[in-house]
Amino acid sequence: MRNLVALLAGGLFGAGLHLSGMTDTTKVQGWLDVFGNWDPTLAFVMGGAIVPMAIAWQLTRNRTPLAGGSFPAPPEPKLGRNLVLGSVFFGMGWGLSGLCPGPSIASLSYGHWGHALFVVAMLAGMFGAPAVRTQLDRLAAPA
Amino acid sequence: MEADWIWGLVGGGLIGTAGAVYLLGNGRIMGASGIIGGLVDGSGRDTAVERMVFLAGVFLVPLLLSWAYLDVETHLTTNPVVLIASGLLVGVGTRLANGCTSGHGVCGISRLSLRGIVATAFYIGAGGLSVVLFRHLLGVI
Repeated sequence: MRNLVALLAGGLFGAGLHLSGMTDTTKVQGWLDVFGNWDPTLAFVMGGAIVPMAIAWQLTRNRTPLAGGSFPAPPEPKLGRNLVLGSVFFGMGWGLSGLCPGPSIASLSYGHWGHALFVVAMLAGMFGAPAVRTQLDRLAAPA
Repeated sequence: MEADWIWGLVGGGLIGTAGAVYLLGNGRIMGASGIIGGLVDGSGRDTAVERMVFLAGVFLVPLLLSWAYLDVETHLTTNPVVLIASGLLVGVGTRLANGCTSGHGVCGISRLSLRGIVATAFYIGAGGLSVVLFRHLLGVI
């Protein structure tokens, strides 16, 4: 059951990324490029995705997941250095290539070497992230 | 150009529906970086199979669509230094921030999570700066 749900969700996610054009890096970089030839497509993708997701959050009230277990806890209002710094790192990388994690996996299927190189580097970054976090904690701690 | 935003809306709707299915079915937040990262650092070991099945879906459906429907021109850079730097930044950044465009953006904003909204503001702002810096000032992308 859980795997069937995961396959359906993954398939829909992949279809959405492909059809919306989010695997085309010029659309992503075009949206970020407010001083160039600005492309509004990404805003429509975000808007289109947030509506069904907002309905889904409403439907979680007084229910449990179909496959059992429980829904995620309400979001914590806690902001911190890692959230901000991590998002800045992520945004810099996103702007450089026009790829973020979801579309990078979807684009792997097109069989170009560049996506494979990006994904290997991304996995290495994810592997190294706990060490980066520890280093940041050490720098922030009073000597 | 008009077709672009219509396809954006349709594809976005599918992405949101995917997140809804994952949430209502498995009770989990559909965040690509979290699903991948949990496999990489071992924090998602107990749900490893469903993570891999999800990623298989993300990979296979675009493959089928590009065979049956139409090829997507990705316009990805061929500069290996840019690709490696970008991948490393995306990998480290999304794990530090605990989310990316799907987790913080789609799933977080849709429940008015302050963390999701703040993260999205920062990665979009940094993405805009990155394009200004590397395209317009340095001319490397």
